[in-house]
Amino acid sequence: MWIYEKKLEYPVRIKNPNPKMAKLIITQYGGPDGELAASLRYLSQRYTMPIPEAKALLTDIGTEELAHFEIVGTMVYQLMKGSSPEEIKAAGAADYFVDHGHGVYPQSAAGNPFTAAYIQSKGDPVTDLYENLAAEQKARSTYEYLIQVADDPDVIDPLKFLREREVVHFQRFGEALMKVQEYLESKKLF
Amino acid sequence: MRNNDRTKLLDEIRAIEFMTVELNLYLDTHPDDQKALNDYNSYTKQLMALKDEYQRRYGPLSNFGTAVSDYPWAWINSPWPWEFD
Repeated sequence: MWIYEKKLEYPVRIKNPNPKMAKLIITQYGGPDGELAASLRYLSQRYTMPIPEAKALLTDIGTEELAHFEIVGTMVYQLMKGSSPEEIKAAGAADYFVDHGHGVYPQSAAGNPFTAAYIQSKGDPVTDLYENLAAEQKARSTYEYLIQVADDPDVIDPLKFLREREVVHFQRFGEALMKVQEYLESKKLF
Repeated sequence: MRNNDRTKLLDEIRAIEFMTVELNLYLDTHPDDQKALNDYNSYTKQLMALKDEYQRRYGPLSNFGTAVSDYPWAWINSPWPWEFD
């Protein structure tokens, strides 16, 4: 069971629409290293985690990623909002507009629709946790690239928050991996 | 549209809730850290009180039986996070 809370984990208050930036940020909504992929990855992998620490951590980070999915969706929505078709065309986002209008659709910056091929759930806790460490680093890199191409403080501020969360998740996954490895070693003694 | 008192209280809730999220993830991998646990419990109590206050003044933050509603059904009318936050 999940309970929805009617608020963002971190506020998004974008005053100036920017369809071009929306088309780039969408990649963290439905792209290869995006928040939807992250959430599905952890929430799917948790079933075969062998220790309570790892079951809890994957459930909780998978849940926090859904909050990030909502933050990114809100950014895309606010960046597209109020732009006329002419403005969208001038911003170089007409390709997105003709498929989705002002809607928020899970795709990568290059326009590839979301696919579960972005994630893995291998049934091997060590393999899965290594995947998650890599996934957090890839998401961190993507946020850094987005920050590099953004110029609006209203956009950069939530991107920085999201970037920082990847760093924290990476740290926690590393700790979970050590605990899983200790557990697997202890089982070998018997 | 924008209600400054409301936004201020929501920002306060967010700040405290961030502490609980951060401590929660830490405690998942450090379940025996008594000091972190004390902090978690203390922030959780603060958060519950702030959410109660918010919901009394501005309507439900959560549904599915986690908060009571005035008449008519208040859930559909309080602002959605992507429209106002």
